[in-house]
Amino acid sequence: MPDHVQQHTRPVGDRALLIELPDNRLVHAAAALVRARYGEALAEVVPGHQTLLLVWHERPVRVELDGLEAAGHSARAPVRIAVCYDGADLEAVASALGVSAEAVVAQHAGAQYTVAFMGFAPGFPYLICERSSPLLELPRRATPRTRVPAGSVAVAAGYCGIYPQDSPGGWNLLGHTDLCLFDARREQPALLEPGMSVRFSPVRA
Amino acid sequence: MTRLEVVSPGPLTTLQDLGRPGHAHIGVPRSGAADRPALVLANRLVGNDDGAVALETTLSGPRLRFDGPAVVAFTGAPVPGLAMNEPVEVAAGVELAIGTASHGLRTYVAFAGGIRAPLTLGSAATDTLTGLGPTPLRAGDVLELGRGAPRSRPPAVVNPPARETVLRVLLGPRADWFTAQALARLTGEEFTVSHRANRIGLRLDGPRLERALTGELRSEGLVPGAIQVPPDGQPILLLADHPTTGGYPVVAVVHSQDIALAAQLRPGARLRLSAASA
Repeated sequence: MPDHVQQHTRPVGDRALLIELPDNRLVHAAAALVRARYGEALAEVVPGHQTLLLVWHERPVRVELDGLEAAGHSARAPVRIAVCYDGADLEAVASALGVSAEAVVAQHAGAQYTVAFMGFAPGFPYLICERSSPLLELPRRATPRTRVPAGSVAVAAGYCGIYPQDSPGGWNLLGHTDLCLFDARREQPALLEPGMSVRFSPVRA
Repeated sequence: MTRLEVVSPGPLTTLQDLGRPGHAHIGVPRSGAADRPALVLANRLVGNDDGAVALETTLSGPRLRFDGPAVVAFTGAPVPGLAMNEPVEVAAGVELAIGTASHGLRTYVAFAGGIRAPLTLGSAATDTLTGLGPTPLRAGDVLELGRGAPRSRPPAVVNPPARETVLRVLLGPRADWFTAQALARLTGEEFTVSHRANRIGLRLDGPRLERALTGELRSEGLVPGAIQVPPDGQPILLLADHPTTGGYPVVAVVHSQDIALAAQLRPGARLRLSAASA
């Protein structure tokens, strides 16, 4: 880790700033740091893949990120998500990669993921893999589905995602989980939050 | 407490307050009134807190039957026949029809005591992107009003309506993704609000904004007023129910004080963007 993390700040209107960071891990470290330092003055702290958006209640102030290098990994254990690998695209994904469906499951469940950022729907995580993974690099389906069932675990365009609710979607469906990704009535509405680690465990239907 | 029966709902009438800020990082849009100053003004006129729950109409409003008396204020897009921007007493048994706005798009109807509604993440706002909050009004719905506290509150500022709207924008965060010609067109030419316009955003017809960079942008956080440009070059100006993150580069952002003007633009309205500094 260098002494000084390269960062660049871009203006976003008169109420927000976008901080560019070299990698996603530093996005989460910076989010924790700005929440601790400027929390009261901030309306929103929104991680992107390699950016952190800060929305202020009033005019933005100059952000100091010294100490970011020292900010450590989140020590929290990964969230375990039980997945039944019965997705409609599992066979197509296997043949696109030239491997068996079992090998796809082993690859998907054998890796550890990080919630890079969220969006698309409340509680929808964009998961990235520590190691580069041909499984996640698959393109989106040529024709999106008009309805992807809630709980679907899917991959496309560099990410793994989990659909919190029935919605249209163009990603490749590998399986489903029975866990509830988002419930506004819970103390923590979203099961996953940016920066969390995730592992998938295969279960039988 | 006075109850209102929705005789007819209007094309899209929703419950709105100041939304649910602080959840964008988990994918929950702020939502709330599209024209926030108009909501605040309506609430202040009837003695409510700024963020009390009120109605937001779209082009034309609902027909409401009052079973008891109420104090009401109408702000935002003016409706012929209604006394705008002042408190109005409505007697029990009245059937109030909120017609079509003469200009502008969204009228706010606040009631002394506010509308009682269940809260989702601290807000009763209907978020049309995610479905959070109550469904839009339907015929037969009954709205219950809270107890009004008679007190005087300083009025908020009313935005004067403009024929051709000029919105101040601040370039960036991704102005460098566009050609110099695209940036010149952004603030030099006229745009028209297309029919693809809702609480999520306004698609603008007009000059095509060409990119200087052709790669794909990694998703990043969005704000209301952001002008994002999909590959077809036709910009989209984001409003209250915008998605929290997105991968289209944002060429410029409307000044926070001008978002209320953008929220009152109807399909076919013309607008210009003028470069400003924070």
